[in-house]
Amino acid sequence: MSYLTVKNVNKRFGGLKALNEVNLSVEKGTVHAIIGPNGAGKSTLLNCFVGRLMPDTGIVDFDGVSLLGLKPYEINQVGVSRVFQTPEIFGDLSLIENVMIPAFARRDGAFRMHGWEPVENERDLRLRAMDMLADVGLAPRANDVAGTLSRGDKRRLELAMCLVQQPKLLLLDEPTAGMARADTNATIDLLKGIAERGLTMVVIEHDMHVVFSLAQRISVLAQGTVIAEDSPENIKGNPKVQEAYLGGAHL
Amino acid sequence: MSATVKDNDRLLLTVFVILVLAGPIVLAPIGASYPDLLQRFAIYGVFAIGFNILFGLTGYLSFGHAAFLGVGSYAAVWMFKLLNYNVIPALVLAVVVSAVFALVIGYVSLRRSGIYFSILTLAFAQMMYNLAYSVLTPITNGETGLQVYTDDPQWLQTAGSPTTTNLFGIRMNEVFWKPEFLGFEAQFNYGYYFAAVFLILAFYIALRIFRSPFGMMLRAVKSNQNRMGYTGLNPRPYTLAAFVISGMYAGLAGGLLACMDPLAGAERMQWTASGEVVLMTILGGAGTLLGPVLGAGFIKYLEAIFSKVNETVLQDWFSFMPDWMGDALSFVISPFVGEGWHLTLGALFMAIVIFLPGGLIDGARQLGRWIGGGFGGGDRKPAHSPVPAE
Amino acid sequence: MDAIILQLLNGLDKGSAYALIALGLSLIFGTLGVVNFAHGALFMIGAFCAVTLNKLFSLSTVTIDPTKKDFLGNPLQVKTPYLESWFGDFGAGLMDWSVPLSILFSIPIMLAIGFVMERGLIKHFYKRPHADQILVTFGLAIVLQEIVKAFYGANPISTPAPDLLKGSLDFGIILGFDPNAVIYPAWRFVYFLFAAVIIGGVFAFLQFTTFGMVVRAGMADRETVGLLGINIDRRFTIMFGLAAAVAGMAGVMYAPINSPNYHMGMDFLVLSFVVVVVGGMGSLTGAVAAGFLLGILESFASMNEVKSFFQSIMLPSIDQIIIYLVAVIILLTRPRGLMGRKGVMED
Repeated sequence: MSYLTVKNVNKRFGGLKALNEVNLSVEKGTVHAIIGPNGAGKSTLLNCFVGRLMPDTGIVDFDGVSLLGLKPYEINQVGVSRVFQTPEIFGDLSLIENVMIPAFARRDGAFRMHGWEPVENERDLRLRAMDMLADVGLAPRANDVAGTLSRGDKRRLELAMCLVQQPKLLLLDEPTAGMARADTNATIDLLKGIAERGLTMVVIEHDMHVVFSLAQRISVLAQGTVIAEDSPENIKGNPKVQEAYLGGAHL
Repeated sequence: MSATVKDNDRLLLTVFVILVLAGPIVLAPIGASYPDLLQRFAIYGVFAIGFNILFGLTGYLSFGHAAFLGVGSYAAVWMFKLLNYNVIPALVLAVVVSAVFALVIGYVSLRRSGIYFSILTLAFAQMMYNLAYSVLTPITNGETGLQVYTDDPQWLQTAGSPTTTNLFGIRMNEVFWKPEFLGFEAQFNYGYYFAAVFLILAFYIALRIFRSPFGMMLRAVKSNQNRMGYTGLNPRPYTLAAFVISGMYAGLAGGLLACMDPLAGAERMQWTASGEVVLMTILGGAGTLLGPVLGAGFIKYLEAIFSKVNETVLQDWFSFMPDWMGDALSFVISPFVGEGWHLTLGALFMAIVIFLPGGLIDGARQLGRWIGGGFGGGDRKPAHSPVPAE
Repeated sequence: MDAIILQLLNGLDKGSAYALIALGLSLIFGTLGVVNFAHGALFMIGAFCAVTLNKLFSLSTVTIDPTKKDFLGNPLQVKTPYLESWFGDFGAGLMDWSVPLSILFSIPIMLAIGFVMERGLIKHFYKRPHADQILVTFGLAIVLQEIVKAFYGANPISTPAPDLLKGSLDFGIILGFDPNAVIYPAWRFVYFLFAAVIIGGVFAFLQFTTFGMVVRAGMADRETVGLLGINIDRRFTIMFGLAAAVAGMAGVMYAPINSPNYHMGMDFLVLSFVVVVVGGMGSLTGAVAAGFLLGILESFASMNEVKSFFQSIMLPSIDQIIIYLVAVIILLTRPRGLMGRKGVMED
């Protein structure tokens, strides 16, 4: 049963065809990686899932709901969270606030007027946010201003912001870019742990180490088209895929 | 940590209440202890606190908030005309009417952000000004301004009730105590304390909002509106709520102005008045709790001093100097004082934005850090330079 | 029909002023990315350039003619302008034509003010938030208008057009209607022609010169042009000066239509902002088109027939607010304005 279904999605930017008849089918409870050379249209595709871009034609269904035409916040409320390629965080707010805000959004919906009781009185949410920060290894910096973090730390913070929402589908756009090796491994372990609990993920990644340690299924995108979709083992041996990557260099 | 924040806030609130209640004494040494000026401190303090909830938290720079001030004044004077001089119904109507206006104007203006939003609010305010000045003359009495006439209905006015604004018989303009204090005269009147109660209330509500999840969401709007959307939050109702709340604060301030002097005129809605509240807020420090009140006091105090000074006063000041020197000095200063107060205001505006974008509170903090002490005031967040909502 | 033509014409002069100011605003915004709240003040300074030249030209010697008495019975004071006593009829002609001559006088002044403003103030705000840019130019606008007020006082100063152009044109005859059906003041028509020339000049400059090409490229994508190694900043300074000169000339020529006062800049600025927003931020054509459109609309709204209709639905003086109403409607239906491009000042 397909959880996220993408059918015949096309997107043009002026004369450039960024996405060409893209099809994708993500099973519930699996990690699905999208790989491909730079400019293949991977981020464009993800943008079509979260309401940042509207495909020209095609279908994007998640859990029986069409995501097309929904506003970003509506898509999130359906249960889709995303980590961006350039971290989107609340740079002026503290880390703990950064994580509490998504927690509020999950609990209270898109808008609720909580204008009287102080934030501190929300002990449960605070604890959950602290736990989440601890999971990504940022607990000691909970009260720092998020804008002062390094790029890798911002990415981990953003991951915490997504995970605290316990999404049904997590979209990750290069979740480990800009991280040191040790942090990358820690993040892989974290994501593996979450995947084992049954969270469905779509991952864009350049780092093949990350891809092969996480994904059960891989789609290869080149010049806006899906040229292969298969299990990691078969993708490794696929000559078309090797062709797409710099004239057949081995993965 | 939560305990210390709460304790800090309690201390901040206590100090604030004491300073406001002791206003006539505290301000006596700088010659500001007379009812008219004290009331203006309190009222414009309310105005600026409300403006700060919008601008300081969400970063949406409204250039039209004087419109709500004016609406509040008109509504209040209408209550005086229709019922009687009791201030309570006047204030209630002022707040309600300004909330309605803020809802409509906010709904339209908040469809855009950044510069567009500023321009839209400016255009709305100018439209309201034109409406008040000429189009809706039957309601606003146009150029003359709205005031109470003897042939107004005043249905609830009885033979014994006062013919000036009052709170169930307590006259706003009555001075009840006039002590000498350190050689300065301090004047205590009911009007100031009436306004002061609202100032304290306004400050307390703002404090609650700042510390609440709602306040946190507003700061999130300012910080990154895109992320808010991807986080499942709809920024628009949050900003609209902030806009309406700040509009109600402005309406309350406008109503209070009418309570002190039962008049309302279109000039209260002009773009200069909208600009003034922006200046008050950034001068004190946008996004800080105390900043706007300080800024409002500072501007109104300067206004009171500068507008009073004229050629004769200047010559008096410089009489101890040789004539040519005194003449030269008055020549340099005179464009800035009296009628020229607006020139000072404009120059001050530029100076603050250029040299002190974080406002007085931030400046004091920097100075404190420079000296090496832990001076910090009660605010938790450092005052950043105002960032527009984008 | 003739009434409609008349209102069209009536809308042209105000529309021209809106279009000229909005054009400058859009140029500055498009190139420098700065919203200039002091742009109206430049228009006002332009108008006061005309006032100044007019006053300079009319400097007079006062002689007393003992043979004549004024109405109080005192000896009559006769003022003889220096220009007249020095150059005779030519001097009188100079005085008469002081407003058009002020254009020559205003261009260097406006360019200088523009350069000083950009280099001395605006330059330092490119990297600051938009709110700071708005606030600092807003402060500057107040300062400029208060300075003018300190020198020239608060009252409007009438500044006449040349005698030759003071009369009216009978468009009724020109267009084949009855004589006197469409009477239009000559100077207003001159103003429209003048605006058309300036607008055409600015567009031609941007379209056909290398300089203009680079500026247009910079408006579309500043970073890329910067990467090409072209010194875009210096060109943008020049554009700022140009925009200031356009606003100034618009003000000079407007002086005979409405006697200049110190707050005319802000009055026009607010409306010009509305024009820019309606036209679409970042679109020069949009700004010009919307300027004329709103000017004409305003003039139609001031027709008696229209006014009395709106009066009957409780909206007297609809002409005072029509522009704002239209702007609100357009923004509700087309949030980007009439010709706005996607991606300009978007969230």
